[in-house]
Amino acid sequence: MWLTEKIAEFFHMKEKVSIGGGTKAVEKQIAMGKMTARDRIKAILDPDSFHEYDMFVQHSGKDFGMDKKELPADGVITGTGKMYGQPVGIFAQDFTVAGGSLGLMHARKITKIMDHSIKLGIPLIGINDSGGARIQEGVNSLAGYGEIFSRNTLASGVIPQISVVLGPCAGGAVYSPALTDFVFVVDKISKMFITGPEVIKTVLGEEISMEDLGGAKVQTEISGNAHFFANSEVECFEQIKKLMTFIPWNNSRKAKAFPPKPPKPQYNITSIIPQEPTKPYDVRDIIKSVCDDSDFFEVQEFFAANIVIGFARLNGETIGVIGNQPLVLAGVLDVDSSDKAARFIRFCDSFNIPLVTFVDLPGYLPGVDQEHSGVIRHGAKILYAYSEATVPKITIILRKAYGGGYIAMCSRHLGADFVFAWPIAEIAVMGPQGAANIIFRNEIANSSDPEETRKQKVEEYTEKFANPYVAAANGHVDAVINPSETRDYIIHSIEVSKEKNEIRPAKKHGIPPF
Amino acid sequence: MENQKKLVKFSIDYTDYETRLTAKFNKRKHYSANDPKKVNAFIPGIIAQIFVKEGQTVKKGEVLFILEAMKMKNNVQSPVSGKIKSIYAYETKMVNKNETLLEFE
Repeated sequence: MWLTEKIAEFFHMKEKVSIGGGTKAVEKQIAMGKMTARDRIKAILDPDSFHEYDMFVQHSGKDFGMDKKELPADGVITGTGKMYGQPVGIFAQDFTVAGGSLGLMHARKITKIMDHSIKLGIPLIGINDSGGARIQEGVNSLAGYGEIFSRNTLASGVIPQISVVLGPCAGGAVYSPALTDFVFVVDKISKMFITGPEVIKTVLGEEISMEDLGGAKVQTEISGNAHFFANSEVECFEQIKKLMTFIPWNNSRKAKAFPPKPPKPQYNITSIIPQEPTKPYDVRDIIKSVCDDSDFFEVQEFFAANIVIGFARLNGETIGVIGNQPLVLAGVLDVDSSDKAARFIRFCDSFNIPLVTFVDLPGYLPGVDQEHSGVIRHGAKILYAYSEATVPKITIILRKAYGGGYIAMCSRHLGADFVFAWPIAEIAVMGPQGAANIIFRNEIANSSDPEETRKQKVEEYTEKFANPYVAAANGHVDAVINPSETRDYIIHSIEVSKEKNEIRPAKKHGIPPF
Repeated sequence: MENQKKLVKFSIDYTDYETRLTAKFNKRKHYSANDPKKVNAFIPGIIAQIFVKEGQTVKKGEVLFILEAMKMKNNVQSPVSGKIKSIYAYETKMVNKNETLLEFE
């Protein structure tokens, strides 16, 4: 009998904590189009796989009447569960409890599940929905943030870290998602910023709404802080589940292999690129015409769309794809696209995902704003990331590969294992128009018919250099291939690179141009 | 999302490509050289005090305004010696970054 009573008492306590901030607060949360913290966890994980820990943790606030307040689970739900039958660590801030504010014990719950995830070698998913630091706990809540950030950094490149911003995530708090690998946001629900509209108005006199300052759209399209945009929480969870099919559980593993599938017949690789070399096409169609089931999972689709990054499978195995996008800004490299690609390359390298690069770009974007925003150091990131990566690196030059852009896009010179070029590829120091204007400047200027001379010289240059054979003659390209052989060649190069082992000079770490 | 779907001409190294532009590219800051005859706000803020009048001749380094921003009172000094043509600011005015405050003749 004594046991039954004790168990009943325990159930009662558990029940009380499970309601979070109470029915009223929960109703308010739902009215905002948001799910409760525990429901979110359940929606992401395999059914009935979630095991919660630290349910009875109590906050440590003593001042400002906090000692009399009860905060169920201290406003954050933590635990482990499974996705596709494999273990993951997860935490979700509970906005219904003191606005999801972060105090010391709240942070300790998070750092505990982080420590577990690192030790166990399992991915960590963090759901952020918090008003920020718990002001009443003062510097202790700041300490909590710092302890989270340092673990985010230690875990980086060891286990995949996924942040889901489903509510406000402001001030220092937003640095945790920034340190993780993938950030998911939902329209009208996610709000991320360092200083809010109020402060900006008081200090600078600039008026802006929360949505325009740091809403989901802004963070996915303008700032690039978020990687995935969804219209609802349900859609967001589907995106997370899809991402997890492509990535390994930790850095000593490979991503799960699936049964190989051919690309869908409607993506015909030979009919995508227009004849006119200055006309655009969607490089994603090329990717889909090569990868399994034409299933390309794009990352950061809306940010710096002049470069395309994402995951796909070849012969059942995950690859990381990087492709210049001629459809947007002619596919140039610039500050944002270099930054976007470089981070993705480093993720793939950390997690044993081979890199496949499709090249078609006229070069770096010219402009004062680019130079003044530091296109030199940002552009250098992509060079650094490619050179540093030791996973198999395969490059396919589709069309233009000019100048610095050619070098940057995983050329042989940066350590590509295999470089293939289509017969229409133009691998040259710059485009024929520009080159002719420079090389034959005097001849054109002194000609009786400068326009005609210029045309002739452009043709002469095109004939001589706008092809893949000069590079092939020097061994910079391993094979000029028929476009329809592209998939075969990539699959084969990855297969032969299975045991690739590249020894690098020992060092503590490099110093990338962050 | 708001990327323009329209294809436009986009010139790189004397070659015109057909491509789309992004919202961010369209919103980029256009560069213009500094006009030495104009004094612009180097930070957004509030004009707390004005020390000069239109038509007045000032020396280089003379304080023209106090521009209050980020809780700091900044002296805005005259970059040149000359006669003031017009003043576009008034006390208590909230000014944007790079807004012209004053012009010399």
